[in-house]
Amino acid sequence: MQFFIDNFPLLRSAFLTTLSLSLLAGLLALVLGTVLAALRVSPVPPLRGLATFYVETFRNTPLTVVFFFLIFGLPQIDFAVGFFTGSVIAVGLYTAAFVAEAVRSGINAVPPGQAEASRALGLSFGQSLREVVLPQAFRTVVPPLGNVWIAMVKNTSIAAGFAVTELTASLQRLSNANAGELVLVLLAVVLGYMLITVPSAFAVSRLERRVAILR
Amino acid sequence: MRFTRYAAALAAFGVVLAGCSSEAGNQAEKQADNTVAVETETSFEAGTTMAKLSEAGTMTVGTKFDQPGFGLLNPNTQAPEGFDVEIAKLIAAKLGIAPDKIQWKETVSANREPFLMNGQVDMVVATYTINDDRKQKIDFAGPYYEAGQDIMVAKGNPLGIKGPEDLAGKRVCSVEGSTPAENIRTKYPQAQLILFDVYSKCADALTNGQVDAVTTDNVILTGLVAGNPEGFELVGNPFTKEPYGIGVPKGDDAFRNFINDTLEEAYADGDWAAAWDRTAGAISGQKAPEPPAVDRY
Repeated sequence: MQFFIDNFPLLRSAFLTTLSLSLLAGLLALVLGTVLAALRVSPVPPLRGLATFYVETFRNTPLTVVFFFLIFGLPQIDFAVGFFTGSVIAVGLYTAAFVAEAVRSGINAVPPGQAEASRALGLSFGQSLREVVLPQAFRTVVPPLGNVWIAMVKNTSIAAGFAVTELTASLQRLSNANAGELVLVLLAVVLGYMLITVPSAFAVSRLERRVAILR
Repeated sequence: MRFTRYAAALAAFGVVLAGCSSEAGNQAEKQADNTVAVETETSFEAGTTMAKLSEAGTMTVGTKFDQPGFGLLNPNTQAPEGFDVEIAKLIAAKLGIAPDKIQWKETVSANREPFLMNGQVDMVVATYTINDDRKQKIDFAGPYYEAGQDIMVAKGNPLGIKGPEDLAGKRVCSVEGSTPAENIRTKYPQAQLILFDVYSKCADALTNGQVDAVTTDNVILTGLVAGNPEGFELVGNPFTKEPYGIGVPKGDDAFRNFINDTLEEAYADGDWAAAWDRTAGAISGQKAPEPPAVDRY
C-alpha cells in the first residue's frame, strides 16, 4: 500500500497521459478512418485508390516505424511537432487504417438496395452515404470498433520510447527504483490500462445492445 | 551521359564497400592479436556459481547494445563489442568459457536489476553505476572503471552550457530509469527532462534540435561524439563520480570475490589496460586511466 501512496503522483499523471493520448488519438482515428472508408466506397477511382494506398501503407507498417518517422524524421524536413502531439498523430494515423477497414465492412453489410433506393429518390452520393448508409453501418461496426479502440489504448505504450511519460514509461522508471516490488509496479500499471479498457468494453457492449437492430 | 552517371555512382559505392571491408578486416586482426587466453584447466569448489558455469561451459551476460566503446552490437557478427564486453570475456575466460560460448543479452538501464533478480542473466556488465539503492537488491563486484556524469551539446555549444547549473530551463535528454536522469530530477529540477528509452534516440533528438543537451556518463557521451564528431561536442566538466561495477545476484559472495580477484589480476598483468586500448580508448583517443581500487564491501 505504501508503494501506491508514495508513487501516486507519478502513477496518476502517467494514467492521465495515457488516457488523453488515447482519447485524442481515438478521435483522430475515428474521424479520419470514417472519411477513408467513405473514400474507399466512392465512385471516383482516384479517391478510391488514394484511400486504398493509405490503408495498405499504414496497416502494413509497424507502429514503432510510424513513430520514428513522425518524431525523428519530420524534423529533418523542417516540420517539427512536440513529442506528445507527434505521438497522438502517430497512433491516430495508424489506427485510422484499422477504423477505415472496420467501417468499410459495416458499409458493405448494408444491403445495396438501401443505397440504390436513396439514389433513386434523388439523394446525392454524399447524402445517401451520410443519411442512409453510414448510420446503419455504424450499428454493425460497434463491436469491431470496440476491438480497435482497446488495441489502440494498448498501442499508446509505444509512446514510452518517445519521451512521453505515460503508463509504460512510469513502469520503466518505477521498476528500476523499486526492483524488489516489481509485482506491485506491474500491478499498478496493468490496473491503469484496465481502468481504461474494462469500462470501454462494458460501454461497447451496452452500446451494442442499444443500437442493435433485428434484420 | 546517363551511363557515366550510373558508372560513377557504382564506382563510388565500390570505394565505400572496399573501405568498409578493409576496416572490418583490421578490427578482426586487432581482436585476434589481443584475445585473452581461455583457461583450459579449471577447478572450483562444488556448488559455487563458478563451478556451475564452468561445468555448463556457457554463461549469460547482460550488456548494452547501443553504447559505442562499451557495448555496441556489431551488425555483421551479431555480437556486442566494447570495454564492458572485454571485461566480461576476461571473467568468462577465467571460468574456462570461450568468448563465443557467452550468450549476450541486451540490458537497458531500466531492466538490469530485474534481470539479475529473476536469474535471466548470470552477471551484468553494462556501464552499471554502483550505488546503495541497487546494493539492496543485487551485489556489485568491482568497480572496474570510474566515470562521471557530463553534458553533450550541439557542435559549437550555441547555448553556452558549461555545467549542470546552466541547464535550468533547457531541454535535457536522458534515459528513463537511469541514475543521470534521477540526478537531474533531484538536484537540478529547473532543467526540463526529456526521457527516451535508449541514448541513441537522445542523439537523434539533439541532431534535430528537439533537445538542447544530452546528459549521462562521460564515457557514453564520448561514444556518441565519436559517432558524429561534426554534430556533437562534450562539455568536458564531469560533475559526479560513477564507479562502474559488475552486477551479480544478491548474496553470491563467492562469485563476487572471484570476479574481484579476476579484476585485480587483470589490473596487474595488463589485460585490463589492453582491453581499454582496443575498445573505449580506441574511440576516445584517451590512454588507459589508473584502474580504480576494487571495493570488497
